[in-house]
Amino acid sequence: MLALRTALTAFRRAPLLSVLSITTIAFSLFAFGLFGLVALNIRNALQQVEERVEIRAFVAEGTTVERITATGDEIAKFPEVARVDVVTQEQALDRARKELGEFKDVFESQFLPASLDVHLKQGFRDPATVRTVADRIRGYDFVDDVRFGEEWITQLYRLRNIAGVAGLTLGLAFAAVAIIIIGATIRMAVLARSREISIMRLVGATDGFIRRPFLIEGSIKGVLGGFLALVMTYLAMRVLEQYLHFETAFFDRRLATLGVIFGALMGLMGSAVSVGRHLRRV
Amino acid sequence: MIRFNNVTKSYPRAAAGQSALSNVSFRIAKGEFVFLTGPSGAGKSTILKLLYMDERPTSGEVRVSGYSSLEIKRRDVAKLRRRLGIVFQDFQLLEDRTAEANVGFALEVIGTPAANIPNKVARALTQVGLASKATAFPKELSGGEQQRVAFARALVNDPFVLIADEPTGNLDERATRGIFQLLREINASGTAVMMATHDLQLVRSTDYRCIELNHGEIVFDSADAPKIEVEAD
Ligand SMILES: Nc1ncnc2c1ncn2[C@@H]1O[C@H](COP(=O)(O)OP(=O)(O)OP(=O)(O)O)[C@@H](O)[C@H]1O
Ligand SMILES: [Mg+2]
Repeated sequence: MLALRTALTAFRRAPLLSVLSITTIAFSLFAFGLFGLVALNIRNALQQVEERVEIRAFVAEGTTVERITATGDEIAKFPEVARVDVVTQEQALDRARKELGEFKDVFESQFLPASLDVHLKQGFRDPATVRTVADRIRGYDFVDDVRFGEEWITQLYRLRNIAGVAGLTLGLAFAAVAIIIIGATIRMAVLARSREISIMRLVGATDGFIRRPFLIEGSIKGVLGGFLALVMTYLAMRVLEQYLHFETAFFDRRLATLGVIFGALMGLMGSAVSVGRHLRRV
Repeated sequence: MIRFNNVTKSYPRAAAGQSALSNVSFRIAKGEFVFLTGPSGAGKSTILKLLYMDERPTSGEVRVSGYSSLEIKRRDVAKLRRRLGIVFQDFQLLEDRTAEANVGFALEVIGTPAANIPNKVARALTQVGLASKATAFPKELSGGEQQRVAFARALVNDPFVLIADEPTGNLDERATRGIFQLLREINASGTAVMMATHDLQLVRSTDYRCIELNHGEIVFDSADAPKIEVEAD
């Protein structure tokens, strides 16, 4: 109670610095949030795409169906592989006819090769793994050619990584600024209350008790910053949606709560670091 | 109860070889009244700071109520201070709080249940003769009255020893006598008193024990006086 009351007085004492610390915390989390959101949406997109990730190995003409099936079983035992579909020449033709109905005449002859369609397990669909599996399949001598959507999977992954790194860097920079500003606020508050603090010490208040209001103050600012960041991220996402015309996912409740908790931790850390240092000088 | 054992204190930033205290030893018994005198810079405040463990000796040991300066933890320093009453020359009151709020503050910050605070505060203010000024702010009180508020704050938690560093330093003669009278009453009720003062007249007017310091050494302790006379023979 006393701690909460003194925390509120601290707000009143330095409103400008308080607002400043809240906004820098918010900007830090906003940077994390915005880029996190980009990463989240790319991940969702990737997941949809990945469902369809497959490696198609075209088989040389004249290979027996038995041989193809046996090899398919062998490939199915690779640790990365979820399932292998054997597609005979007839099936390939059927599929082509269905997909490209108008041109069915083109496919009269048996020039479409048989293939093995390899589906990978979840978690093994990143470009590097896809490539090694493809290389291994290419090793069978009756395999003519191996195809997979290498290019654009790589692109999407790269985009996700860039968003992640940019968010992390910007977010950390703002976090550092926030912690510095919180430190300055605490310094002022400690100085303004130096007599109170020295009396507390004299009459036997514990360090923890003396520190508590400053920590509470920092955490409250962190929580407020967290909420502000959520609002800012949400609005930014709305604006982006309008311009880019595609539907995006926002953080679910768990991630949003995590963000606010993260803000509280930032405020708490900022004050914990500086309160110890400044209290020692009173 | 209080024991200084060969205590030497050199402050970190003092010139080399300069000690604020050198080889100081004495004991104070339960309920005793002791004056600490000596010229400015003799080390009076240093002894009191060592006593409430604001400073630690450079060598030697300070023992207070079972705690030793050699091994006391920060947490225990807080615990110890709850059993000490400390008063300074400059009162150290909070200007934005009334007399009773200043006294109550000392209980609040050590976690005393709120329900018990008003009674204890009223009792302490009565003890120092300020019951009628409970709701006055420090700037509405005379120096002597402000010092009484400080005494009430020091007494409110029933300390076993009252530590006063020149409590009358800022007061005129009349207020000084009043405060001294209060100290005698506090002592009569069983609380030990350790008071640093420049006021030799005050010291001589009583037969309380007196420890005199000079350049960080004890030059006279009235508790040892008979022994010194014997040795001088
Ligand atoms: N924090 C400190 N850092 C360095 N030196 C100090 C510190 N406090 C006191 N001293 C030195 O220690 C010596 C004793 O100081 P102390 O305050 O104990 O004297 P005192 O007897 O209380 O004097 P006064 O009567 O003026 O209050 C002095 O020489 C003083 O300069
Ligand atoms: Mg002094």
